[in-house]
Amino acid sequence: MKLYCLSGHPTLPCNILKFKSTTIMLDCGLDMTSALNFLPLPLVQSPRLCNLPGWSLKDGNAFLDKELKECSGHVFVDSVPEFCLPETELIDLSTVDVILISNYHCMMALPYITEHTGFTGTVYATEPTVQIGRLLMEELVNFIERVPKAQSASLWKNKDIQRLLPSPLKDAVEVSTWRRCYTMQEVNSALSKIQLVGYSQKIELFGVVQVTPLSSGYALGSSNWIIQSHYEKVSYVSGSSLLTTHPQPMDQASLKNSDVLVLTGLTQIPTANPDGMVGEFCSNLALTIRNGGNVLVPCYPSGVIYDLLECLYQYIDSAGLSSVPFYFISPVANSSLEFSQIFAEWLCHNKQSKVYLPEPPFPHAELIQTNKLKHYPSIHGDFSNDFRQPCVVFTGHPSLRFGDVVHFMELWGKSSLNTVIFTEPDFSYLEALAPYQPLAMKCIYCPIDTRLNFIQVSKLLKEVQPLHVVCPEQYTQPPPAQSHRMDLMIDCQPPPMSYRRAEVLALPFKRRYEKIEIMPELADSLVPMEIKPGISLATVSAVLHTKDNKHVLQPPPRPAQPASGKKRKRMSDDVPDCKVLKPLLSGSIPVEQFVQSLEKHGFSDIKVEDTAKGHIVLLQEAETLIQIEEDSTHIICDNDEMLRVRLRDLVLKFLQKF
Amino acid sequence: MDPECSRLLPAFCSVLVDPRQAVADDTCLEKLLDWFKTVTEAGSSLLLLQENPCLVDLLSHVLDLKPQDVSPRVLSFSLRLAGMFAAQEDCFEYLQQGQLLLGLFGEAGPLSWAVWSVPTVRSGWIQGLKSLAQHPGGLHFLGDSGAVDALFSLQGDSSLFVASAASQLLVHVLALSMQDKAEGSPSLKGSAWPACAQKIVAHVEASLCSTTALQITQALNVLTTTFGRCHSPWTEVLWGQLSPLVAHLLDSEPVPATHSLVDLLLSVARSPVFASADCTLWETIARMLSCLSPMQTGPLALGTLKLQHCPQALRSQAFGVLLQPLACILRATAQAPGPPGLLDETTQGCSMTVDTLLSSKSACVGLLCQTLAHLEELQPLPQHPLPWPQTLLVEAVVIILRLCDGSAAPSSSEGCRLCGTLAGCIRVQRAALGFLGTLTLGTSSWELVPQVFAILLETLKSPASSPTVLKKAFQAVLHWLLDSPTPPGCSDLGPHTPLFLRELFPVLQKHLCSPCWEVRDSALEFLTHLSMCWGGEANFREVLLASDVPKLAWQLLRDPESYVRASAVTAMGQLSSQGLQAASDSPGHPEVQQGLVGELLHILSVDSEGFPRRAVTRVFTEWLRNSHADVVQDTEWFVATVLQMVSRDLDWEVRAQGLELVQVFLAQTLGQPNPSCPYAVALPKVTPPSPLPEVLRTLCQMQIFDFAFRALFDCDRPVAQKACDLLLFLRNKSAPCSGLQEAGDSSDVASVEATLERWQVGEQGQPLGSLEPEVVLAALRSMDLEGLQSRLAESSDHVEKSPQSLLQDVLATVALLEENVADCY
Repeated sequence: MKLYCLSGHPTLPCNILKFKSTTIMLDCGLDMTSALNFLPLPLVQSPRLCNLPGWSLKDGNAFLDKELKECSGHVFVDSVPEFCLPETELIDLSTVDVILISNYHCMMALPYITEHTGFTGTVYATEPTVQIGRLLMEELVNFIERVPKAQSASLWKNKDIQRLLPSPLKDAVEVSTWRRCYTMQEVNSALSKIQLVGYSQKIELFGVVQVTPLSSGYALGSSNWIIQSHYEKVSYVSGSSLLTTHPQPMDQASLKNSDVLVLTGLTQIPTANPDGMVGEFCSNLALTIRNGGNVLVPCYPSGVIYDLLECLYQYIDSAGLSSVPFYFISPVANSSLEFSQIFAEWLCHNKQSKVYLPEPPFPHAELIQTNKLKHYPSIHGDFSNDFRQPCVVFTGHPSLRFGDVVHFMELWGKSSLNTVIFTEPDFSYLEALAPYQPLAMKCIYCPIDTRLNFIQVSKLLKEVQPLHVVCPEQYTQPPPAQSHRMDLMIDCQPPPMSYRRAEVLALPFKRRYEKIEIMPELADSLVPMEIKPGISLATVSAVLHTKDNKHVLQPPPRPAQPASGKKRKRMSDDVPDCKVLKPLLSGSIPVEQFVQSLEKHGFSDIKVEDTAKGHIVLLQEAETLIQIEEDSTHIICDNDEMLRVRLRDLVLKFLQKF
Repeated sequence: MDPECSRLLPAFCSVLVDPRQAVADDTCLEKLLDWFKTVTEAGSSLLLLQENPCLVDLLSHVLDLKPQDVSPRVLSFSLRLAGMFAAQEDCFEYLQQGQLLLGLFGEAGPLSWAVWSVPTVRSGWIQGLKSLAQHPGGLHFLGDSGAVDALFSLQGDSSLFVASAASQLLVHVLALSMQDKAEGSPSLKGSAWPACAQKIVAHVEASLCSTTALQITQALNVLTTTFGRCHSPWTEVLWGQLSPLVAHLLDSEPVPATHSLVDLLLSVARSPVFASADCTLWETIARMLSCLSPMQTGPLALGTLKLQHCPQALRSQAFGVLLQPLACILRATAQAPGPPGLLDETTQGCSMTVDTLLSSKSACVGLLCQTLAHLEELQPLPQHPLPWPQTLLVEAVVIILRLCDGSAAPSSSEGCRLCGTLAGCIRVQRAALGFLGTLTLGTSSWELVPQVFAILLETLKSPASSPTVLKKAFQAVLHWLLDSPTPPGCSDLGPHTPLFLRELFPVLQKHLCSPCWEVRDSALEFLTHLSMCWGGEANFREVLLASDVPKLAWQLLRDPESYVRASAVTAMGQLSSQGLQAASDSPGHPEVQQGLVGELLHILSVDSEGFPRRAVTRVFTEWLRNSHADVVQDTEWFVATVLQMVSRDLDWEVRAQGLELVQVFLAQTLGQPNPSCPYAVALPKVTPPSPLPEVLRTLCQMQIFDFAFRALFDCDRPVAQKACDLLLFLRNKSAPCSGLQEAGDSSDVASVEATLERWQVGEQGQPLGSLEPEVVLAALRSMDLEGLQSRLAESSDHVEKSPQSLLQDVLATVALLEENVADCY
């Protein structure tokens, strides 16, 4: 069993598990942090961004000044943003049989894999995962495609040139493999390969293994996966949460008794408590509004935004913010808000029960109804007519490199009355803000990550007790900035196996058994004999029939009647090809008694030597060796068949015949 | 005894012994026992029994009842009653003649009945005996009746109340038996003690040698109570005899009953009998300090340090024990050890402390919280150890807080373990902040201030801080701001404070907008306190006015949470008093233009919750008292408007506070009321600014009398009392105003009096009409205000508590039950 690790990002995993004869890709995350190296794509012509000076080498050589621009001491690539794909060279991706998706954030690289690698398999995911994943992809494509960029920079990727660049461009890894965003056509094609599944549904893969999605409690339709055969069980835990937010709670019990548990997608901010962060978010939002400023919340169109809107629903009246407009701007805003209300079966119990009242599960419906929350596909069109300040704007993309957020950063960045509040933990807020410097607006960082923290992981592992844990290497040591925090790493026994990008792990796990069925008529013919209490044995002669990875013992075919009319000797002669049935032997040979028996039978000058596997009895006079091991005995003598037979009979006396 | 009670008693007693009639309410019986106690304490019990033979009959009837007919409550009542009567020697002998006492308390009595299994009965038996054991006769009775042996077994009773009472009675008996004997000869040997005392001591000795922890605990508890209560010389002999056994307990592994052992040693050490140095006691304490676990030694160390007289060496050892966990924290986090001090001498036992700290989260948290609480308790005491290692303690607390918020970066493996254990631990954070607050007391080194300010600011800033932690942090900030030392030669607020305030106010602003109401509330309270103390400080005023805090506080007057509104009212009242409210020219805030008075009056008139309205009346009273600018513009209008709103308020505290406002107003207009305390400093007489008749006319126009009369008949007693005091004051003040005395129109007076009478019976719908000063004065004089005052001074349940009422209640309940029985047929 092997694990191929195609992504080094612990929360955007992409691993391949080779288990029995199947090749299973676990998630298909896309690392978008590479976009931070690019200049933002402004929706409206930005003189500031246009006029940024080109970057030149220390010696004044300015051959890169078309590709690289400098802003407040940082250098950015002036081109369409590109993303860092999972490894494509480590394994032939056309051999992948299935892809299991755990949540909508972990499928963003899907079009790259399904459309460009010769992939012919099936993708499995839950319905909300697919629908919301589609929205995320659609938004991404829309953000990038609606701001066409004439030029494409590639010179800087040349290894010799990249060495000369300042950090972080200099240190960016595998820039040659970075790719532009996919198209909507590719998205549609990729999504058409997905087969929908429900929690606890058992899916047979070629009769070899069974895969089952389980609720992971992190997002709408998010799942962990169980991959099991008859005798082996691998759990894949990715992006799980034990907090009570909107999704169905995590199913922990089904993860028990795993041989291997692959653990990814823990919280990216282990020191931040989501409740405290939500409080911080609300306080800073109210403070800004009360001072007459605007609040910008760069976010994804689904996920934490639902919880934030719910908190604000409860908070705005008490904070006297009822008259402040909340705008949600995304090409998929409407779909996201509406989808959230229709996936009742995937929601937590409280929200599910609302549906029966009937009420919308999420209170943002009421916010929309009362005109407190308004949503628009983009800043163009209706929004510009309705726009009123001070206000709160939720919009993407959290990287601040594309999407409507770029416009608001340009618009509001100059006033210290305004605040940008970062709630998504995927991007470093300082790096995200770098191309907007100098910036007068206030920046608040309250990352809300509801995924498991290390205390919860430690409890989970105690509860489900897997034999082996496999996780990204980042989880096996404290975060670099807090090297003394030994509590911020996975602590379990035996210590977890860690992986990094482009590594292949042989999982510490031996397959010992295979299930074989015995046909009833064959089973009927068996006559077990009890050899010790509780254990009975029977000899079987049968034909092993293997098809579709299922093994069946069938009665052997009857031999063709021999032409001669010889009578059979025994009934058991039904079995063909078995000339003489040798008895089966069992038991062990007690060396001392065996030596005594040899002496009794006239052998002298006997020496016994202990070996690693058993004993050697030396009959020096007869120049003979008897090797006694756990599962074999050899008599080595020189061409003295009589002696061998005598010795053999002496040995057999100590064994049971069957 | 009251003749009416005497009349009711026989019927009451017969009800009690009638098995068909159950007394449902035993609180009645409890109250009656209290009453009998006062009766027996005031006079002769013997006479009482002779005058009321039904009482003795009750006792003997109880004994005559069939065991299954005895009600446990009545039996317990009778036992306690008998004990009460027998407390007087003559009455004891009287009851003994009829063998009544032996029947009740002897081995053949309830002790052997089935009903003994009810804890109330056992408790009544013990309490009866305790009342009885007041004289030598009683003591002999206890010895002869076998009661002491029964008490020994009751020490282990399943009911904790019974077990504790038994143990206390044993102590009482021991003390009583030693009372006469020991006074003459203090050095009396144990062997010459009275038999009863010897028996108890022998039992204690045997228990101390027992192998069961429960028995040892019982013996230690008896001894603890003995040394706590009895301070006669014989206790010294007793300790001399028992101390080796107690010391021997320390040889066991593990030491049994450690809690009780600690209590005993501290009880002995506190006894004045041992004021002179008793080496064995101190040695035992010292041994205990060194052999128990850190969790167990904490209370002993604290108790030792609180002692008035104690050898210096032992004090040092105890202080060392108390400081050990903090020393370990400092060492593990590799803080600079600082100047040689107490913390360096505590290496002994340190490994045990470190083990506890590192063993588990709960052990670590428990030990640190206990240590911090003990040190917090010790700090303000006059006998706290000297030198007090202030700097190291502050450093230790700061590092603990840093471990809790994850900002500490220790390099040692222990430090890292601690970091993981304490990260995000709210309990320890709260305890540390509490202690940090008290550490300002006696702090002389102002060098510590920056690091304390830094950690407090971090705690306040951290989104991870819970509301309770924030509250504690605010309190600690207040302590450090208001009490922190300033370097010599530095005037005003000290060098660090202005900078700190500039950083603090943005954080305060954020907390005023918190979605958690507890946080908004704590922030407002903090603001109130700070501006109360520092409203006059230029630095503070400057920073506050430059911030949005006043504006945000104003907005919180409309907060949905009533507690927050109340705190906002108080805060705004305070800010406004100091001239610190938000500038009224800020555009876009119409409420600012309306003025704070208008806003507060709005709250007073429409707020649905009591707390904000109470806060408003308190603020208004304070404003009036301090001649707030908005009030002095037109005081009469202000007071009249407030009263108009307050008079109909449903909350009695608001109405009472309204009367307080009137009181302040009257004091300002008519002069201070005469001090009721003869030793109070006489204030210079303030001459009323206007002639009295005019003042009275104004008061009438302001409808102050209307308000006060209405309040006089208020259904809430405190309001009525306050109104009565107020009217009395007004009547006394208007006494010299003879010119008005006879001027009233008698028909007006009669109509007012008639209305007031109707008010008194609850018909307050009718208005009093426009009052003339003459009519008011006449009405005031005709009212028996003094009588009303004394009636109001009695508690509201004084009628219900009278013995007649109680007896009647019992009888009435029975009568009602009988009726119900008849109904059933």
